[in-house]
Amino acid sequence: MSNNCVLVCGEINDGILDERTLELVGAGKTLAVDLGVELSVVIMGDKAGEPADEVGFFGVDNVYKIEHPLLGSFDPDLWTHALGDLCRQLNPKIVIMLHASTWMDVGPRLAFKLGEVLTTDCVHLEIDQTDGLLMRTKPVFGGSALAVFKYDVPTQIVTVRRNVVKPAERETVKGKIIDFAAEVDPSMTKVQSVKRVKEETLALDKANVIVAGGNGIGGPEGFKDLEDLANALKKSFDEVMVGCSRPVVDAGWMPPRYQIGLSGAMVQPDLYIAVGISGAIQHLVGMARSRKIVAVNTDANCSIFTVADYGVVDDYKKVVPALKTRWEDLCRERD
Amino acid sequence: MKGIKILVCAKQIPDPEAPLGSIKIDSDGRKIDASSLRQVVNPYDENAMEAALRIKDRHGGEITVLSMGHNPDVSVMRKALAVGADKLILIKEPILENVDSNSAAYVLSAACKKTGPYDLVLTGRQAGDWDSGHTGIVLGQMLGAATINLARKVTVEDGHVIVEKSIPGGYEEVRAALPALVTVSNEVGGLRYPSMKMILQSRRRPVDTRSLEDIQASPEKIRAMQIMHVVPPPDLARQCEFIDGESPEEKGHNLAMILKREFG
Ligand SMILES: Cc1cc2nc3c(=O)[nH]c(=O)nc-3n(C[C@H](O)[C@H](O)[C@H](O)COP(=O)(O)OP(=O)(O)OC[C@H]3O[C@@H](n4cnc5c(N)ncnc54)[C@H](O)[C@@H]3O)c2cc1C
Ligand SMILES: Nc1ncnc2c1ncn2[C@@H]1O[C@H](COP(=O)(O)O)[C@@H](O)[C@H]1O
Repeated sequence: MSNNCVLVCGEINDGILDERTLELVGAGKTLAVDLGVELSVVIMGDKAGEPADEVGFFGVDNVYKIEHPLLGSFDPDLWTHALGDLCRQLNPKIVIMLHASTWMDVGPRLAFKLGEVLTTDCVHLEIDQTDGLLMRTKPVFGGSALAVFKYDVPTQIVTVRRNVVKPAERETVKGKIIDFAAEVDPSMTKVQSVKRVKEETLALDKANVIVAGGNGIGGPEGFKDLEDLANALKKSFDEVMVGCSRPVVDAGWMPPRYQIGLSGAMVQPDLYIAVGISGAIQHLVGMARSRKIVAVNTDANCSIFTVADYGVVDDYKKVVPALKTRWEDLCRERD
Repeated sequence: MKGIKILVCAKQIPDPEAPLGSIKIDSDGRKIDASSLRQVVNPYDENAMEAALRIKDRHGGEITVLSMGHNPDVSVMRKALAVGADKLILIKEPILENVDSNSAAYVLSAACKKTGPYDLVLTGRQAGDWDSGHTGIVLGQMLGAATINLARKVTVEDGHVIVEKSIPGGYEEVRAALPALVTVSNEVGGLRYPSMKMILQSRRRPVDTRSLEDIQASPEKIRAMQIMHVVPPPDLARQCEFIDGESPEEKGHNLAMILKREFG
């Protein structure tokens, strides 16, 4: 087995290779070249054959396929166990995972198991040419600064943010597929799954327009105004969605999947309308790359206006319905 | 089951909601300067306290809040006592400034063991200063406890903890025998407000301040975060055009016109 490789943790989604894996492969490729080591990917699941074959075409040297019935649905203890065994064999120089809830559950366990230091939510990875160690760049204080961490340790473990690395491209030659036997059994986890509940998913990152409400909306009823505006905008845009800031989720006015920001969805629609949102850094990092930003807020001094293209300083309860009515009128005039 | 013993780990951090630009980078680009910000309890740790209080409301028991740092501010952390925690323990030592998450987990694990038997350890999912998001899980591993991440809801029943944990596309209900460690997310709900009476009472309550020696943690196992340098984030600022109008309605109408021009 190859030693001291860069190891990328692949993800299976509904039986097929999750496309986000390719971003990690892209990041891993650069590092493997710089270190002069092999690039390997690990794919774990109850049926990992197809995704393993697929990822093999993206310029990787080896794909370690770990197939086991117990690895089909996410269990952080079992996943960590299988991955830890593989790492003990491979002694990877770097292990790269997605910054997603599943890997944020596995990463710390793996780091503990291997006695290593994890850095989460990296946005840039680079080898320090002077010592061959990994420089791990990560936003801190919500995104108020970027810190570059470096640890002199044998195995570097990181999770990488979505959409910060160019995905690897498909090639014609395929890497080696290597079966790795996982020795996992149910006694390896102290946590029992009772049930899994699927919720409606919301692809906020696919929206053309997002009408987002914050604490200033004042209650669940206020979101009716935002939905009315969103419906009016649907006359002109393909995908119009409603979103929200975190206090809205805390208060239970909207379900968690609507949250935008550091711990929610990261979006960049053509138009983002922020209503009753103050503009805390943790919200801004999730939406400030939108093409045009409109903010409606009663407080002229709040931070949201510093990232907005257009601002309205007034009560949303009056502004938003007026915006909606006039938009409908303008659409009608043109018809 | 009566009388659950809960430990809540809560970190004191510079206010994560401070206005943009209040966090500065030192001129040599090595340190972050947040000294102008007021200190608060990390928001997710307030969610963890609320989860603990709800369990205590139902089953009775005792809540101990643990916080460590190089210079924790008692007046900030006393909030834990004001909302209903029974004990507050501060672990204070100069070398605890900006330690890496493994070291933080190590010190907290020593403190947990030292406080005696416990049923449940709760942490926040992430601290809003370094946004590491993994101290809780590492702590769970060190304690050898069942470890459950990202709780939306935490309840206790017949010696087990029952958690709704967020997973991609929904949530999973999981169950583990106590003792267990759970990291708590904001969906649990905000921390209750303390009454005036409780605030006043909490000021007279003792706070237990301990050194590393007191909790039998060895300083050799504690490492600082290794930061090479710190750089400012990409500039997010834009020039904002404020929409005029005699009334809010007129501003709304004018905004519609501008957007129509912009997006056809
Ligand atoms: C680790 C961490 C992660 C976080 N992750 C996220 C995240 O992913 N997403 C997120 O959003 N937050 C996140 N936060 C929370 C963040 O710090 C802020 O608390 C949050 O973004 C504030 O939300 P808000 O702007 O809706 O509320 P507030 O700050 O309370 O602002 C409400 C605004 O509404 C305005 N307003 C009031 N009434 C009206 C009215 N009638 N008309 C118009 N305007 C009105 C007020 O002037 C005010 O500006 C995170 C925090 C931490 C510490
Ligand atoms: N210094 C500390 N004192 C008490 N609890 C802490 C400390 N550091 C981290 N924690 C706990 O660990 C959680 C995750 O922190 P972090 O991994 O730093 O994002 C926090 O929400 C706290 O519950």
